Amino acid sequence: MRRSLINRDFLQKTTVNSSDPLIKIRNLHFSHGNRPIFDGVDIDIPRGKVTAIMGPSGTGKTTLLKLIGGQLRPTGGTIEVDGQDVHKLSRKALYKLRMRMGMLFQSGALLTDLTVYDNVAYPLREHTNLPESMIRRLVLMKLEAVGLRGARDLMPAELSGGMARRVALARAIALDPMMVMYDEPFTGQDPISMGVLAQLVRRLNDAVGLTSILVSHDVEETAGISDLIYVISAGKVIESGAPEALQGSASPAVRQFMGGLPDGPVGFHYGAPALSEDLLSMRGAK
Amino acid sequence: MLDALARFGRRGLESLERLGRGHLLLLQILAGLTSLVTRIGLLIAQVHSIGVRTTTIIVVSGLFVGMVLGLQGYYVLSQFAAEDSLGVMVAASLVRELGPVVTALLFAGRAGSALTAEIGLMKATEQLSGLEMMAVDPIRRILSPRFYAGFLSMPLLAALFSAVGIIGGYFVSVGLLGVDEGAFWSQMQAKIDWNEDVINGVIKSLVFGFVCSWIALFQGYDAIPTSAGVSQATTRTVVHSALAVLVLDFVLTALMFGD
Repeated sequence: MRRSLINRDFLQKTTVNSSDPLIKIRNLHFSHGNRPIFDGVDIDIPRGKVTAIMGPSGTGKTTLLKLIGGQLRPTGGTIEVDGQDVHKLSRKALYKLRMRMGMLFQSGALLTDLTVYDNVAYPLREHTNLPESMIRRLVLMKLEAVGLRGARDLMPAELSGGMARRVALARAIALDPMMVMYDEPFTGQDPISMGVLAQLVRRLNDAVGLTSILVSHDVEETAGISDLIYVISAGKVIESGAPEALQGSASPAVRQFMGGLPDGPVGFHYGAPALSEDLLSMRGAK
Repeated sequence: MLDALARFGRRGLESLERLGRGHLLLLQILAGLTSLVTRIGLLIAQVHSIGVRTTTIIVVSGLFVGMVLGLQGYYVLSQFAAEDSLGVMVAASLVRELGPVVTALLFAGRAGSALTAEIGLMKATEQLSGLEMMAVDPIRRILSPRFYAGFLSMPLLAALFSAVGIIGGYFVSVGLLGVDEGAFWSQMQAKIDWNEDVINGVIKSLVFGFVCSWIALFQGYDAIPTSAGVSQATTRTVVHSALAVLVLDFVLTALMFGD
């Protein structure tokens, strides 16, 4: 019998009601060694929207994406993606689910020994039996969507940071996933690249009907394209709502974060003894 | 005193934990053979990268090792008027010991360190995580082909090393020192045994290929994903591989040739 051209695994239908959130996180607990990262977090990611997870550096935003993708296992609580408890799935079922997820890593995570074209074609070649002529058309369409069709023959080392992330975005949407997770897409970008990326996230979300989860601490860019924002600090969700609502929040921590204030509930100094005590201490060379 | 004991215990536990992780990774790598059967192209690409690109250093080293064996052997054997046995001495030394062992040491330095650095950097630049999130198992897709390529390349490289070494020994013995050409080849043909010498040498190099590839891939996969971490992992690959090869060579030699 002739093999199907498309691996049906990532086209599987879901019985979940489309008005339910795509991702449901309940009472999430996670620790790095003895350091607690999440302490009872509840988050709902609605379908078809751009949802931002924001918070100061080191609050576990990237860790949250890894937990959603099943790369890390929580110490407590549940994460459901499209009705499936991610951490109760078998390895095979988890890989099936991942075929319907895209992820844009902070570094781009492009395969450095492949060209731009081959990087975008990679998931198509791995998970489908499409002929090369069809793969070519799909890859060129994805690259066109991110404005880099002309860069198809370049190697990742020849790309700027912004271009690398756009290629990674084209690769993340190669299999037409139901959702894309963006890990700090704006970090280290010049204003033009940042604007281009922000518009791409919004446009792709609306044009393709994706669900986007955007982890970032760039307040202005993120607030400009998000439908819903969760602010995380000290292991908890301290506030959530539409960007406009958060701008007028009464919470000092949210006001400090959204306004970029140097001091507030999140201190400028890392925990240390008093300076005088440290300077006068005779102990050790440090 | 108690602190030192606690530190010693902690380090012991960490080493055991690493050893356990290494064995689990090996099982996963070995299981990757099933998916490799249907994608033989991945294996061929890695045999080219790991094996073919190591041939230059193998050929040059083999040639000079063979030439040195010819010189040293001649000075010893000529004292007993036994220089006609030089061919046997060169061939036996290469096929039984120097071929597998020196090839494994060169392999660890050239291909093993490159494997560790490559996998370590793929980890540091999130390429392995990226593959996982694309529903591609990095162990089956990246590590398994490299492991089997190293395992298969090692005996071929050792055979090449020995063959070139014998040619080097021939040039020095017959060309420079005037040993009789007929005696050089005929004694070699008569005294080198296929099972006792050649097959045992191949078994040794298969074992070294297995161990060196495993060490290199584990060190890369387990590396701390920073530049210092990858650098330390690369160093560990060369040191651990060299020690493993020398210890295993003693054990295998005792098992194969001991009475």
